This record gives sequence, C-alpha cells and structure tokens, in this order.
Amino acid sequence: MAVVGQVLRSEWTKIRSVRSTVWTLATAVVVTVAVGVLICTLARKDFGSMPDERRLAFDPTNTSFAGMGLGQLAMIVFGVLVVTNEYSTGMIRTSLAAVPQRGVFLFCKLLVATALVFAVGLATSFAAFFAGQAALGAHRAHLGDPGVLRAVVGGGLYMTMIALFSMAVAAMLRSPMLSLGILMPFFFLISNILGNVSATRKVGRYLPDQAGSKIMQVVAPVNDETPYGPWGGFAIMAAWTAAALVGGYVLLNKRDA
Amino acid sequence: MIEAVGLTKRYGPRTAVQNLSFQVRPGTVTGFLGPNGSGKSTTMRMILGLDSPTAGRATIGGRPFRPNPHAARQVGALLDAKAVHGGRSARAHLLSLAQLAGLPARRVDEVLAMVGLQDVAHRRAKGFSLGMGQRLGIAAALLGDPQVLLFDEPVNGLDPEGILWVRNLMKQLAAEGRTVFVSSHLMSEMALTAEHLIVIGRGQLLADMPVKDFISAHSADFARVRTPDGAAEQREKLAAAIAEAGGAAAPEPDGALRVTGLPLPRISDLAHTAGVRLWELSPHQASLEEAYMRMTQGAVDYRAAAAGPAGPPAPGGYGPQGAVPPGYAPGPPPGVPAPPPNPYAQPDPAGQPGPYAPPQGHPYGTPGPYGAPQPYGPPQPYGQQPPAAPADPTVPHPQDVR
Repeated sequence: MAVVGQVLRSEWTKIRSVRSTVWTLATAVVVTVAVGVLICTLARKDFGSMPDERRLAFDPTNTSFAGMGLGQLAMIVFGVLVVTNEYSTGMIRTSLAAVPQRGVFLFCKLLVATALVFAVGLATSFAAFFAGQAALGAHRAHLGDPGVLRAVVGGGLYMTMIALFSMAVAAMLRSPMLSLGILMPFFFLISNILGNVSATRKVGRYLPDQAGSKIMQVVAPVNDETPYGPWGGFAIMAAWTAAALVGGYVLLNKRDA
Repeated sequence: MIEAVGLTKRYGPRTAVQNLSFQVRPGTVTGFLGPNGSGKSTTMRMILGLDSPTAGRATIGGRPFRPNPHAARQVGALLDAKAVHGGRSARAHLLSLAQLAGLPARRVDEVLAMVGLQDVAHRRAKGFSLGMGQRLGIAAALLGDPQVLLFDEPVNGLDPEGILWVRNLMKQLAAEGRTVFVSSHLMSEMALTAEHLIVIGRGQLLADMPVKDFISAHSADFARVRTPDGAAEQREKLAAAIAEAGGAAAPEPDGALRVTGLPLPRISDLAHTAGVRLWELSPHQASLEEAYMRMTQGAVDYRAAAAGPAGPPAPGGYGPQGAVPPGYAPGPPPGVPAPPPNPYAQPDPAGQPGPYAPPQGHPYGTPGPYGAPQPYGPPQPYGQQPPAAPADPTVPHPQDVR
C-alpha cells in the first residue's frame, strides 16, 4: 500500500523535526545509565557487608538496570508527546484530512515512534549493562553468562513496550496533561506501592511494568513466588499494550477528530 | 463539487448544524457566511470526514470523503491556522504533509514561494504571526494541487495586503476551474471575494444565492422618518399616507418609520398634505453588512448582553460597508472618540452608517460626531421580528457610550 509508505515517511519527518524527541530520548538514556552506574558502584561497596542469602541472590545484570525505573519516565513522556502533539496543536485534523484512513495513520505513527524507541532503548540497555558491570568490578556478570543477553535485550524491549503502552494510552486520552498525569504517578508510585505491600502484591505483579521488568532479571530474588517467567511477564505487558492499542484505535476511528 | 444533503450535527442537546443542504460548484468562489458559532467549522469538518454527521451526508465529487485513498491530492483544506506544532519549522511542517500525500519535497518549496514564506521556511512556527500562520495553512491546502479547496476564515489576522492576496488567490483558483469554499463571518469580505453565498445562522441555511442577487435584494435605499414623540396617531396617519402612495413604512423600535419606495421630497409632500409634522427625514442606505446582520440576528449564539466601551473589540479592521465597497471602507474617522461597535456583539446592526450614508447629526441637538453610533435602535420591518426579542433597552445611548 502506497499510503503506508507515505505516512511512515511523514511521521519520521514529524518526529525528527521537533526538539522534544531529542530531549526526552536523551534524558532516558542518560538517566538510565547514570542511575545504573551509581547503584552498581554502591552495590560493589556494599557487597562485602551483605548477608550470604543476599549475596547468593545478587543479580549484577538487573542491578545495572536500576535506572530503568526513572529512565522509563522519560520514555513515557516521549510516547505521550508523540501522540498528543497532534491533538494539542490541532494538527490531527490536517493529518486526518490528508489520510482519512485513521487506522493506517495511527499505526504508522506508532510504528515509527516505536522503532525509534526500540533502537534507543536497546542502545540504552547495552550501555547501562556495560557501564554498570564496569562499576561492579569483580562482581560483574558477562554477556555470555546464561540469561544475561536475554535480560539486556529485554531491557530494550521493556523500554519500547513502556513507550508503546504510553502512546496507546495517550491515543485514548488525547490530552498530554491528562495522559502524563495518569501514567507518571502510576508507574512511579502506584505500581511500586502495590508491588511492595504484601496484601496487593499478588495483583501488583500483573501490572504492565512489574510483569515486564521480569525480563531484565537473571537471578530470581529471594522468596520469589512470581508465577510467570521472563517471557511470560513480557507477554503480560504486551497484552496490556495490545488492549490499550485496541482502545486507542477504536476511539480514534469512532470519535470526531 | 461539494454537496451536503440534510447535514445535521448534534452535541447532546445542542444542535450545531440543522438539516443543511447545499451544493458548492466548481469554477466559482462560494462564500460560507455566518456569525461565530453558527456551525461553519462543524460543517467543514463534516465535509472533510473529520466529524461524523448525526444525520444526512456530505460528499465531495459525489463520494463521501473518508474512504478516499488519495484525499490530499483531491481536497485541500485550511481549517485552523494555529494547527501547527510550534517547535517545527514551516518547511518541516509542509514536508511532513507533502510526504503524507506522496508529493516530492520540491513541491514544498514551490508552495512556500507561492505564499511568500520562503524566507522564513526554516524558522520555527512558534514565532509566526497569525498572518504568517494563515499563509502557512494556505500553503498546506495548496500542496496537493487539489481540485477542491476549503478555507475556514482564511483572512483572519491578515493585513490589508494579505487580504487582497487571499482574495485574488481564491478568485484565481476558482478561475482555474476548482471548487473553492471559503468561510467567513465578514459579509464585506465575502461580497468582494465570492460569487455565490451560502449564509447560515444557528446551523440553519438562511440564504443560498449569487452574491449579486443578495446585494440587490438586501441593499435597498430607505428613508428614516420621525414624527413628534408621543404622537402615535400622527405616525399612523403618515404611515397610511405612505402606503396609499405606494411606499412601504415599517416602524423602528424607537418610534421612527423606515420608508422605502418613495423619494424624500415625496415623503415630505405627503406629510405636509396629511398635516403631520416631521422631526426627522433622512436618507439611508442599508449596507450589505446590515442586511446580513438582520438576517442572522435571530441566529447569533454569542451576543454580548450589553454593549458599551468595555464591549468586545470590533472584528478585523473593516467597518461595515456599503453595497459595493470600494476596497477598504473607512471605519470611524481617525480622531473621533466613537468606539467602533462590534457588529456581531451588539443587537444594534445600524451601529455605524455605511460609507454612503449621509452624516448623522444627533437628533436632539447635542453635537454628535460624524460616524458616531446611531442612537436609534435597529430597524425592524414588520414580520421580521427575530426569534430573540430585540434587546432594545441595551441599545447604547451615545452619551452612555462616550
């Protein structure tokens, strides 16, 4: 379909012609890597005083991804802005007047943004891993160790999925403030709270970020009773995203632009 | 050709567009006229498939817009000049739209030159004036060299030179055989640009006719005749005499008569014969703007309750004009402290005399400046009472205004 190629090119022009793209993605990279290195440095100093139990469960790979929790917020901002820019500027009407096939328009937009996020996310993940392992010194993991490569690639996939989920939610909500106001506290606070309170832990682990972040673990934590594996967790996250995408598509198709 | 058949749009209990049917033909500029909030933009969005109608349908070239795979090359639209990402340069904005339509990048530079934005092509749209934004929006509409063009208020924010440019562009596009549909809330602008008029108010069709017919139907000369206050029987007597002589007399809310069909000397003679004293006998010409406002008066949604010095500013810089306005008609002369009444916010359509109307002295002797708001209420011919009762008490008295 010629239209798909046209929309993809157009969306790529849109993404690279605004500064928010560079700012949000650069923030995601810097924050993720920097916080990861910081935590790894602290962990190395701490390692000697850790109880045996925790030493056994020490996961150097996952420790280098400690910055993901913060870095993902920048990815959320990127995802939200990519979609809501169209609405907050009114550009959506011009776009849809040129491409009345709304499904094509939405999925091309998300495809371009997702591909960019995947490239940046993967680079971030590898950078965070290598920098973090360097900071861990003797306690480091190697890319060739079992499960490590999957976890590092998984870090890139996790960031991509978080951004895509944000885009889909933003497509439903349309307003940047509303989308950020819901997504940021949810992923930064609510999800953590639900995951750390024993009463809600069983529910909390089915939330997209908690399920998805399982893919970045190599060594299971102590007393881990998570009923799904790394890919199972990622599938749960993908299911959330798929549901949000269906919602975004249905609403875009039905609503007045 | 654009066609609307029974187009209706409701938002909950509010009806924005009500059973609208019209055709926009190629080869002419069709003006789409209506006060703010009368449903012009909603109609345009429905034509473009952006909003779905509650009932009825809109087609372009006989087909509904939305399944059209080559939309951008067949239909160009300017809906909102501000609908640009402020951080994006003019060129990047147009490039993304050109790519969307499968057009080469060279076309972007062509349209930028066409609208005169080539020198600011790499500047971010955030710093654009409203006029530059309008030009950018027009450039976007022209990108695909489409046969059907829709422009929503394209002259908003443009300077006189820009307005002239848009006017000529519209005419040129139509002369090339394209369908050009231009909305505006300024009658004066449409009288100069369009050949055909579609007038709506409160979402309903009020007129669908050539501009020429609209002008000849609505800009008749009339005389204002005032008999002594408190002598209603004198007025009735004169009205009867005028009717007998073949003229038409319609009372105005302030008690004067609006007389058509008789020359001034004849009215004077009739009054003399009938033994009626006159306090005023003055020639007037109903401007097109006035005719339009009388037509849409009952259909204005957002009217200021009371007009005064704190009222909203007059729209644009173009005052109400006569039947064939010579370019830019003058507003109130400079230096005159009369506040230009907003013709859309005020229930008094005769706020300012057209350029052909004679100077209006204040009827009660106090010196009224040339071009001051007319102290009398809006002319209300019989049988044309607007649905909303004329807000007579809110008509500003000149002393209050100043």
